[in-house]
Amino acid sequence: MSFLFTVSPDFTPDHLSGWYIFNTWLQKQTGVPIHLEMYNDFNAQREAIAQDKVSLIYANPYDAAMLVREKGFLPLVKPVGVSDEAIIAVGAANPVDDVAELTPGVKLAFTDDPDVKMMGMIMLEPGDLDARNMQSLPCDTYVQVAKHLLRGDADVGIFLAEAFDDLSAMIKKQLKILVRSQISVIHHSLMIGPGLLDQREPFQRCLTAMAADEKGVGVLESLGFKGWEKVDHEEMEFMIDLMDTLTV
Amino acid sequence: MINDMKPEDVVGEFREVTLNLFGGYPRKILYTEIETPYPDGKLIVSTTDPKGVITHVNQAFIEMSGYTDAELIGAPHSILRHPDMPPAAFKDLWDTVKKGEKWQGFVKNLRKDGGYYWVKATVIPNIRKGVVVGYTSVRRKPSRTKVDECRKLYPTLF
Repeated sequence: MSFLFTVSPDFTPDHLSGWYIFNTWLQKQTGVPIHLEMYNDFNAQREAIAQDKVSLIYANPYDAAMLVREKGFLPLVKPVGVSDEAIIAVGAANPVDDVAELTPGVKLAFTDDPDVKMMGMIMLEPGDLDARNMQSLPCDTYVQVAKHLLRGDADVGIFLAEAFDDLSAMIKKQLKILVRSQISVIHHSLMIGPGLLDQREPFQRCLTAMAADEKGVGVLESLGFKGWEKVDHEEMEFMIDLMDTLTV
Repeated sequence: MINDMKPEDVVGEFREVTLNLFGGYPRKILYTEIETPYPDGKLIVSTTDPKGVITHVNQAFIEMSGYTDAELIGAPHSILRHPDMPPAAFKDLWDTVKKGEKWQGFVKNLRKDGGYYWVKATVIPNIRKGVVVGYTSVRRKPSRTKVDECRKLYPTLF
């Protein structure tokens, strides 16, 4: 029997193969049979979690509270120096320079990344904008968000900062950043759950030592990470409390 | 323990008042009419123990309050209490969080230099193994409309 590992569906497409390579590395290091299942969207992933199929997850911070408090997951590690930040942008020709100049009724393009959307909506609040007075334009990818802004189908867009920074120079030139979040403490985490909890310490040991291992470094590169650092239970509780304050 | 504000720390013309802070501490407040705009994209985060004594602050808190890390840790959270804030708002905050619920409101905070800044604040109890071990407060940029409403409303609540 193998344990099911899954990755938050907002992973960067360039790193898809990296997660499979990571899973192979992890199995070799720990001797634990693990099957990687990549879900296309958050609903499908949450359904698998609800059915107790998942034992290991690289989780979006938005799901951390549910994983810890309802499903008994514990944090293992987070990528070194990586935090989730959001950007609010408009088309470069838009005369608006500040969120406060946006008016109710604007059309908002966004993806279903729950933490990025939450941060984006918070950054729109100073303009008295919320889900009730904006038109929604859900998108599958951040490139689509950018295209909607360029075509004028949307007035304003919410981006994961990393995804915005990865857009081509030509696209970025046609966009204007109104706000970039500087929150620093919201991050994805690798979490371990029922079925594997007795493996928490050996997993943490091998993951935190990964950057010092020659093969490990190559695997980390394929994920776009420098290394893993340990997340203790209280740090995770702090982030859950923080997310709790932001969802109201 | 909380110290009185000192004229040498204050920037600009100021007025003076003594507030009775939560816990029975009197504090001499020196305050000005200078507003510091809330920085875009940042959150101010702090945690306190169950009595409201600060145990953690983030960099945005340090920058906006004007105090150092060392001045803030161990001080009561009411170090930010502005005389224009009606006591009823803080009574409501404490009554709400002591019931284990979230509190949210618009708050005018006092800086070390006597100036002020408006925030939208959310406070939640930190519950560990069923016990409240402290509180987390997260402040974000408020809408000008809401701030303007509070500017009119709060003086009527004294």
